[in-house]
Amino acid sequence: MHKIYLLMLACLLTGFLAGKVNAQNSPSYPDVKPYDTTVKDVPPVDSAKLPAEVPTKVSRTRPYFFPYVNPYEATVMEVPSIYEAKLPDEVPTEVFRIHPFPERTTPDVFWYDKGLICSLVYQKKEAPLVFIIAGTGARFNSPKMINMQKALYQAGFNVISISSPTIANFIINASSSMVPGNLYDDAKDLYRVMEMAYAKVQGKIKATEFYLTGYSLGGIQAAYVSMLDEEKKHFDFRKVLLINPPESLYNSVSKLEKLLGDNIPGGAENFDVWYQQLLNDLAGIYEEMGFFDLTGDFIYKAYKRHPPREDFLAALVGLSFTLSSADMVFASDVMRGGGYITPKNVIMNNSTSLMPFYMVADRTSFTDYFHEYFYPYFRQQEPGLTEQALIDRLTLKNIEKYLKSAEKIGLLHNEDDIIMLPGEVDYLHGVFGDRAQIYPTGGHCGNMNDPAVVRFIVDFFGGREG
Amino acid sequence: MTAFIQSKRLLLALLAGLLLLSACSTTPKTTATTEPPMRKFEELVDQSKTHTIEVYDPLEGFNRGVYRFNYYFDKFIFLPIVNTYEFIMPVFAQKGVSNFVDNVYEFNNFTNNLLQLKFKQTGITLARFAINTTVGLGGLMDPATKMNLHRQKEDFGQTLGHYGVGNGPYIVLPILGPSNLRDTTGVVADAVAFSNLGPPAWVDDDDVTLAFNIVTAIDRRHRVPFRYYGTGSPFEYEMVRLLYTSQREIVIQK
Repeated sequence: MHKIYLLMLACLLTGFLAGKVNAQNSPSYPDVKPYDTTVKDVPPVDSAKLPAEVPTKVSRTRPYFFPYVNPYEATVMEVPSIYEAKLPDEVPTEVFRIHPFPERTTPDVFWYDKGLICSLVYQKKEAPLVFIIAGTGARFNSPKMINMQKALYQAGFNVISISSPTIANFIINASSSMVPGNLYDDAKDLYRVMEMAYAKVQGKIKATEFYLTGYSLGGIQAAYVSMLDEEKKHFDFRKVLLINPPESLYNSVSKLEKLLGDNIPGGAENFDVWYQQLLNDLAGIYEEMGFFDLTGDFIYKAYKRHPPREDFLAALVGLSFTLSSADMVFASDVMRGGGYITPKNVIMNNSTSLMPFYMVADRTSFTDYFHEYFYPYFRQQEPGLTEQALIDRLTLKNIEKYLKSAEKIGLLHNEDDIIMLPGEVDYLHGVFGDRAQIYPTGGHCGNMNDPAVVRFIVDFFGGREG
Repeated sequence: MTAFIQSKRLLLALLAGLLLLSACSTTPKTTATTEPPMRKFEELVDQSKTHTIEVYDPLEGFNRGVYRFNYYFDKFIFLPIVNTYEFIMPVFAQKGVSNFVDNVYEFNNFTNNLLQLKFKQTGITLARFAINTTVGLGGLMDPATKMNLHRQKEDFGQTLGHYGVGNGPYIVLPILGPSNLRDTTGVVADAVAFSNLGPPAWVDDDDVTLAFNIVTAIDRRHRVPFRYYGTGSPFEYEMVRLLYTSQREIVIQK
């Protein structure tokens, strides 16, 4: 039996419940006992796999005890509040819009879109400014972004948060090509956004110096933005932290999109059966527990009774990725006049049913997008470009020389990150050497709110004790 | 009271206006230069199967119009009020209001648990009401939950569902948001029962009832973190429709 909980389904499907359903009304359950944190559960970093000259660093200030040792659990599950860093409930935030291409008209089907939305978290006194780039499909205010904003605010930083270039709002307003995924172009788009966002808030904050970070896709993008900054020098970032970046975009994406089909009995075509089973299981949990709420503590309690199977969690990760990808492909296609998943030259507006396009987008994998849409677009601009050359370009290896020489760039990663192919984390460890902090567990970005990890991030930027 | 009647008229006019929108076509407008896409619906989607995501929605044009209306209503009226409320009220007081509202509405949980012959849940609801009204200082606090007597939420839509009534067409209600024919019937029935037999009838004071209704509306919006087009997905309408339908299925089935 698959057992998992409504919150995560809702979060993953839409993100709208996320983060706001918060600790303030979370009852503390006396029977949530601290996890068995003995070392036997935690696979140690296999030092034999690392280049000899690289010391395996362990967090200096806090011990690292992450409650989930299964990487899929780590990636998907909510952590009970006792395992999370203590962060302020509210931080002073201003949400604002910018218009990188003011002459561009927004199609009617995106009638609600009125410019790229960013946020500023601000200090009253002068302070350094950190830019954060969100991961695939995530907005400036996704739960991970909010947690980073709070942690950095608490440590004395201003923070500007930028949505992922893969989300519709970014494609519509801030992407020059409107074909996201090319790291060089994404970096230029992001840099333009950062300049405009900073210009917009300059009256509000006094920034002493600039820092940059990003997680997941935002992590690899941060590396390319940093490289662009060496040339442009507008910010002259003092330090840059890459959090759980993919080594190769194509590899990670291929791995992620297989998760849904591979982990649903009978494959993706059986999604509806699987989904119905999930609803039945949720109803079962509700009935059994006698109540339902959306706190991490409740979910953890339910989890202790019915540990979800790994294939189920993996399917959820795949589902989340598929949904982000569907949004991206649709927004890109409509912005470029259609022809890929929507007809060319049709008029869509507020009352247009998007169902057929959603269903096609849902059946369009990221690799379909790459081969049928993305690659042809770039080959048109650069005749002679092969698919393999393009795939190789969308990697960190592609800028290895820069990464090795740039002392200011650090890496935060997990040994068991589910988006990485075997050997990729070790490769990055080798490239970054002692500028890399690798945790044994945490899955893909699952430990970003762990006290030790938060401490590391804050220390990296030289923040004060929170 | 006249203001109330006027606002009712306004709402009716609004509904009439929204109904006109339902005449809008839900298929994209084609032009002379329209070309089919490379990836076609007919080729990729197995239409012989039913798909969970395809919720029965014959009023989609109308519903999308209301969805848009709700976006603007939220943005320009509802949320500014809620934000002001959150700004002036300390967090513990907001919590107190929520507890109070929940306690008053235990009436509906009671009637619907009873109608579904869920006697244990009916008993819990009764106990909660007694404890929270007394020990919980008139409902401002919720000591019952701490005693493991959790709220047994049931509404008339769930009661109908319990006895086998299907969803009916999906409906987006002005201001209230996603619903369907069964649950809309439920909302009306619950409201009628509540005002004629429930606490408003016990108090029998229109001003108090009106004040309570306003507080309830603000408190409920305050507690729902959802923001129209806050998901960033172009398919938000479709996703909300699916999630609403799924969520109702769960609470009915449980």
